[in-house]
Amino acid sequence: MTKQLMMVLFSAVLLMSSMQFVQAAADLEANTPVISAIKTSMQTRHVQLQSHYSAGAIGLTEDGMIAVKDAGAVPLSQRGALAGLVKDENADRVRLYKEIAVANGHPEWQGEIQSTFAGRWIDKAQAGWFYQRAGAWVKK
Amino acid sequence: MKHWIIGLGVVASVALPACVTINIYFPAAAAEKAADKIIEEVWQLKQDQEESSSTPAETPAKPVAQ
Repeated sequence: MTKQLMMVLFSAVLLMSSMQFVQAAADLEANTPVISAIKTSMQTRHVQLQSHYSAGAIGLTEDGMIAVKDAGAVPLSQRGALAGLVKDENADRVRLYKEIAVANGHPEWQGEIQSTFAGRWIDKAQAGWFYQRAGAWVKK
Repeated sequence: MKHWIIGLGVVASVALPACVTINIYFPAAAAEKAADKIIEEVWQLKQDQEESSSTPAETPAKPVAQ
């Protein structure tokens, strides 16, 4: 009787464990409405940011964000707008990393998702764009 | 004896899932894949992504020789 109970208990535990493993092995969820909205917002902004990357006014940071690298590369009248774009972009990026972590049931993954993105942004950046390495700006 | 077995069962049912939870690793490969997809969309690196290439209706021009 107790042996049977033990077997049932043990198999239930095994089943639960294997289910968790399957969940962990699957692809990351990145298609929630919130994530889509962030992507659209970033896509629209990128049209404005693109020329600034090429001009070296902005660059990609080591932590998956963007930063003003050389404000002198844009006319004085546009510097305020550029700073605003950078600020909004970084806010979207933080939200994106957070939402992916939350959508996958692991809010604690936010930091790791951010560092994964950091490497991928730089990897996919166009030649001539700037990125940070060990605190210094490097031209790709 | 009976107490011992029940105790073991309780310990197992608590400890085993706990081990599994701790062992849940960050899926680095899946994260890279997801990141690549998102970056490609945001930077529009793949032109043929959404819009189906509007192939012009090919009307084979019949060369009228002669």
